[in-house]
This record gives sequence, C-alpha cells and structure tokens, in this order.
Amino acid sequence: MDLSFSPEYEAFRKEVADTLAANAHLAPTPEDRGMKNAKRQAWQKLLIENGLAARTIPTEYGGYGAEPDILKSRIIAEEFARTGLPRAMSNQGISMLVPTLLELGTPEQKAAYIRPTLHGEMIWCQGYSEPGAGSDLAALRTAAVSDGDDYVINGSKIWTSTAKQADMIFCLVRTDPSAKKHEGISYILFSMDTPGIEVRPLVDMTGTANFNEVFFTDVRVPKSGIVFAENKGWQVANATLTHERGMLGDPNATKARLVELVELIKTERVNGERLIDNPILRDRLLKLQGEVYAMQANGLRITTHNLKKESAGLAGLVVKLMGCDLNHEIARLAIDALGELGIMYETGEHLRADGSWQSRYMYDLGLIIGGGTAQIQKNIIAERGLGLPREPKLAKA
Amino acid sequence: MEFALSEDQRMLQDSLSGFLKDAAPLDTIRKIATGDKVAADALVTGLDDFGLSGLHVAEDHGGLGLGLLDACLVQEALGYAIAPSRFMATTVTAHALRHAGDAHLPAIVAGEMRMGLALTELSSRRDGAGVTAEKGRLSGTSLLALSAEESTHMLVADAAAGLHIVETPDNVSMQTIDRTRVFSEVRFAGEESEVSLKPDDEALAVARLLAAADTLGAAQAMIDKAVAYAAERQQFGRVIGSFQAVKHMCAEMAARLEPSRALIWHAAHALDTGEPEGLVMATLAKSHLAEAGTFIARTSTEVHGGMGFTDLVGLHYWFKRIGANRQLFGSPEQCRMDAARLQGWLAA
Repeated sequence: MDLSFSPEYEAFRKEVADTLAANAHLAPTPEDRGMKNAKRQAWQKLLIENGLAARTIPTEYGGYGAEPDILKSRIIAEEFARTGLPRAMSNQGISMLVPTLLELGTPEQKAAYIRPTLHGEMIWCQGYSEPGAGSDLAALRTAAVSDGDDYVINGSKIWTSTAKQADMIFCLVRTDPSAKKHEGISYILFSMDTPGIEVRPLVDMTGTANFNEVFFTDVRVPKSGIVFAENKGWQVANATLTHERGMLGDPNATKARLVELVELIKTERVNGERLIDNPILRDRLLKLQGEVYAMQANGLRITTHNLKKESAGLAGLVVKLMGCDLNHEIARLAIDALGELGIMYETGEHLRADGSWQSRYMYDLGLIIGGGTAQIQKNIIAERGLGLPREPKLAKA
Repeated sequence: MEFALSEDQRMLQDSLSGFLKDAAPLDTIRKIATGDKVAADALVTGLDDFGLSGLHVAEDHGGLGLGLLDACLVQEALGYAIAPSRFMATTVTAHALRHAGDAHLPAIVAGEMRMGLALTELSSRRDGAGVTAEKGRLSGTSLLALSAEESTHMLVADAAAGLHIVETPDNVSMQTIDRTRVFSEVRFAGEESEVSLKPDDEALAVARLLAAADTLGAAQAMIDKAVAYAAERQQFGRVIGSFQAVKHMCAEMAARLEPSRALIWHAAHALDTGEPEGLVMATLAKSHLAEAGTFIARTSTEVHGGMGFTDLVGLHYWFKRIGANRQLFGSPEQCRMDAARLQGWLAA
C-alpha cells in the first residue's frame, strides 16, 4: 500500500500543471456552445499536441502517441479537476468508436475516421438500441439486405444521442436473419447524410431532447463500412460496450458532486439556520460522504488492478450500479436540502446552482437505466462475480 | 502508487484464516457461545501462537511493528470466523500507548498483561454508569467492556475522555445478543491509573475501525454462505440462485460490501501514514460498515429462507455479531456526528 507518486510522476504532474497554466487563457467557456465550435476544436488540438488528450493514440492517426500509462492518465485527470479547466472532448466517437477501430478497423477506416473524430471535426452517433431491443440488445431487427456492393437498411434505432449533430453513425444491423441471434449481426459505419434517414428528437423527463429516434427507410450504404467482418458485429459491439460501462459511475466525478453538495449545505440557510446545523440533513450528508469514500477507495483498488493487468473482479463489476445510484442520491439530498426551492427549475431569480440539481436528479435516473440497467448489472454481478447460474432459457413453444 | 495488499499481508490473512477454519468451526463457536471454557481457552491459546498480541507494537518494544492495515486484516479474519479474541482490546491499547514509552508494551507483547477495553465514556455514556478520574484513581462503572473477563489490565476512558491503564477490577458479564464474545460491566473502586493519557481522537477511531473490519469479515461470511446456499437449494425444480429475485439479493450484498473493503484499507492506511483525513475515514468506515453489515445480515438470512431463522444452521451467530458491532463504540448516527465534528461542521 503506497499512495504516493514517484519523483518521475511528480515531475510529470508539474509539467501538466505548467502546460495548463500557460494555456488557460485559450480555454473555451460555457458560451462556446456546439460540438463543432471553433474554440473548442482549437482547445482540443492544443490538448492533443501537449499529450493531454488522445494521449495513447498513435501519431499516424492524429493522437499524441504516448505509451499507455494509467498513472499519467490519472494525474492528467486530477490536474483538470484541480484547475477546473475544460477537459478533453468526450463523445461516443472518441470513447467508443476510436478504440474499436484501433483494434478491429481496416487500414482505410483508421485513416479516414480516427483523426477527424479525435479533433472534434467528425461527430458520430451510436445506433445500438431499438424499440424492441433494449436490455436484450441481440434481439435487434434493423435489417441490412445485401445488394451488390451495398446494403439496403430498413428499421429504427432509439436512444441515439447526438444524432442531429452527427456526420456518421456506427450501427448494429441484422445481416443474416436466419442465423442465431448473436451470429447474424454486423457493425457498420455510414454517413448520416445518406438519403432515407430521419432523425426525430426524443424529449425526456428533463424537458430536453438528450436522445433521438432514428428511422431508416431503404437506406443504401456501401459494404466497405463493415467493421471486422460481416455477421461478427456482436463481438465488435462487446468490445465497445466495455468502454461505455467503464465511463459510467466514475468516482472522481461523484466526489466533485459531493464537494458541491457540502458547499450548498454549509452555505444555504433556512429560517436563518444553516442547513448543516440541521441534524437530519447533516446525518444524511455524512452517510453519503461515507459512500463516496468507499467508491473512491474502490476506484484506487481498480486502478492498481489495471496497472498490474489483472481483472478487478467484483470491485470493477459493482461500479456502474453503485456509482450511478450514489450520484442520484447526492442530487436527491441537494433537492431535499433546498426544501421548497428545490422544485425550481431551469430559470428564475431564486434558482440555486442554475437548477442543476433537479436536472441531474432526473438525468441520473436515466443513467441508472441506460448503459445496462441496474437489474442487468445485478445479473452480471451475480453471474460473473459470484458464479450463480444464468436464468434457464424458456423452452421454445 | 499501489493500492493493494502486499504479499506479506495476504499471507498473514490467509494463514490466520486457514487456522481459524480448522480451529474455530461453527461447532466450536457454538460450544464457546454456550459457556465451554475449555473450548474457549484452546482457541485463545492457538491464536496467541500467531503473535497477535504484539502485532501493532513497535519492534523497539518487542512487537512486530505492523500497522493498522495489518490489524484490520486480522480483525476481518476473526470476524469471518466470529472467533472470540482479545485482539481488538490489545490493538487499541497498543495504539493508545504508542508514544507512552516502554513501561507496558513488552508485557503486553509477552502476554503477561492481558488487556480489556472499556471505552463507553468516549462514545455513549448512559445514565446509571460512568467513570471518573480523580487524583489518579478511577471510580464508577463502565458498561459493555470488551475482553474484561480474564484480563489483567484494562484501557479505560473517563468522563473527560482521558485514557487510563488500570488493573482489572471486579466485573460481571452482561448478557447480550452476541454470545461469541463476553461483554462485562466493570466497577471501579479507586483503582490507580498506571498510565494516564490525554484525550485524543485516535483511540476511539481505531476501535471503530477494528469493529468495522470485524463486520467486514462477518458480512463476507454471510454473503459466502448465502451464495453457496442459493447455488445448492432447489425449489420449483431448479436452484434458487437461478431466480433473479434471489440472484439480485446476492448481487446487492456484494455490491454493498466490496467497496467497503477498499474503504477499510484506505482508512487504515491513512491512519498509519498520518494523513489528516484518516480520523474521518475511520469514523465513517464504522458507520458505513454498520449499515452495509445490517443489510447483509438481514438479506443473507432471507436468502436462506426458513433455515436462516433456525438455530440449527447457526447463521444467527453472524447476524448477532454484526448487530453488536453496529452498536459498539457508538451507533452509526453517533459516528456520523463525530465525523461532522472532526471536519468542523458542527456549530461552535
């Protein structure tokens, strides 16, 4: 057990801090909206050139080309958190498609897509879930029928974030309807400008269209967009789903929220009394603090397993379930602490924290469901972590 | 940076767990719980051979010089086996005496001084009890003292939060839910304080951390038993562990406990290295493990169905050990209030 960093890493930390301090004036602000905002793209370019984004992606594909080093990644994340400067761009193209292409893409696909994706010049959306295929993703039915050098795609996708802004989609389609359900799926890339694609915003409980529905009617796309091989899409998708689950429930993000909550409860007053002096609210706050400490320590344990290239076992399997639930509970307490003002939303003079607690409370419920529901997570923990048997398959009628 | 147990730490825990598996099976625990002194003495003697009494004593004083992280691993193994042991009392005393020179530590290591622990005054003093120190002598009553029976000396807290080492006075055992350990009412009648220590928050934090580690072990045992039972017990023509209702109970238990393990490690390491957050972490580890442990004690019993409720299966010994740990050294609410105080969050 040693939580200190060696001199080499402390020197690296200083280097990162110096780079961030020297360039802080170039950072985009919340006013710089939009996924293709020029200032954001310039910031991303600067971060990549300094090894603070796309750090381990080879230079030939537009990355920085460093050796993977989990501790350096951690130090970079800590320095962004400390300075409050905007982090590297994070979107589904960067976090899910790029690792997939690096592992399984053709040379042409790598050359065409990785560089512009990393630089925020090409935006992607993910076409996985369907109205009839949620937790049972492999039941997806969007059909791609072979026609010469093309496929003709018909069907629909749901929960497609950034579909409106996206230039391209990475999509799961059924290419062999006669095969077993996991064996007839392909992973294919195509342009969102292809004729026959309709995107309809899906307004959720937060009042915002964070997601969309996407409809395909006789959408003709080239077969060259297949990643890895026809009918091997399930293996390709599983490679990326691992990346998605790893992103949800990050304990450092949870810690940052707790810090905000502590600040709220220490500063806000009701009837002239500080909220922190209310023993019930204080008790709830301390309870959450204990849980945040536990998830942070669990995160350190996972980091060490990753460094040693070992499986983190149960410690890793529980992160999505516990982390997303904890975020939701932190927002719940913030709302309760605000009392009647806790129902204020979106605008108004008396809004606290820009109304973010209410929107987070609702959005976090979406994250408890999305990315593998809490119940699916429990199946995974019980089956892979504890070795309990799978649900027996229903006999075919 | 490495957040993991060392090879030595894993070996320490494995060898102790292996010993306890043979030396303290449920039949033996059952005998001890129903007052079999021979069985209890045999187990205590066996544990003494592990050198546990000197584990957290500096090498200068003849001990092994190991830290609280190692102590937590030992306590976790004891909790897993729900074994009675003087280890908690000894370790808290050794920690309290760490800056107090050579007067008592070698005798503790050698087993000549056998320690009991009476810290109620630090956590939850009740009407009808209380210990005061005047001119170096103690008077009054301490409740639910640990390992007082057959101890030679005790670490005692007084009403002003001072700590004392005294010879063990008259004491009577108190009947509690947890028969795996003896709890005592200790009556002080002017015993002389051999060592007086100024109030400091660490002794209580260490006691709480060890109680949390004990619960960690006991709760892990309850999960293991539930999972084994769910994988074997059949109803409706299949093992009950294949039903999601049962499977999810098991998953929830594991999801609550696994991060708690890392919390214990982190809190112990923070106290060992003098990190300022160590006291808060240890205090919150106690309340956090109390909540997780209570959930697991209940849920594991439910997974066992009616058998979980019987004396025959003996699951209740773990249920009660976890239940007792929850109350000892302050309830979860008390711990959380103390953690607020330690962070300066209470109004002056």
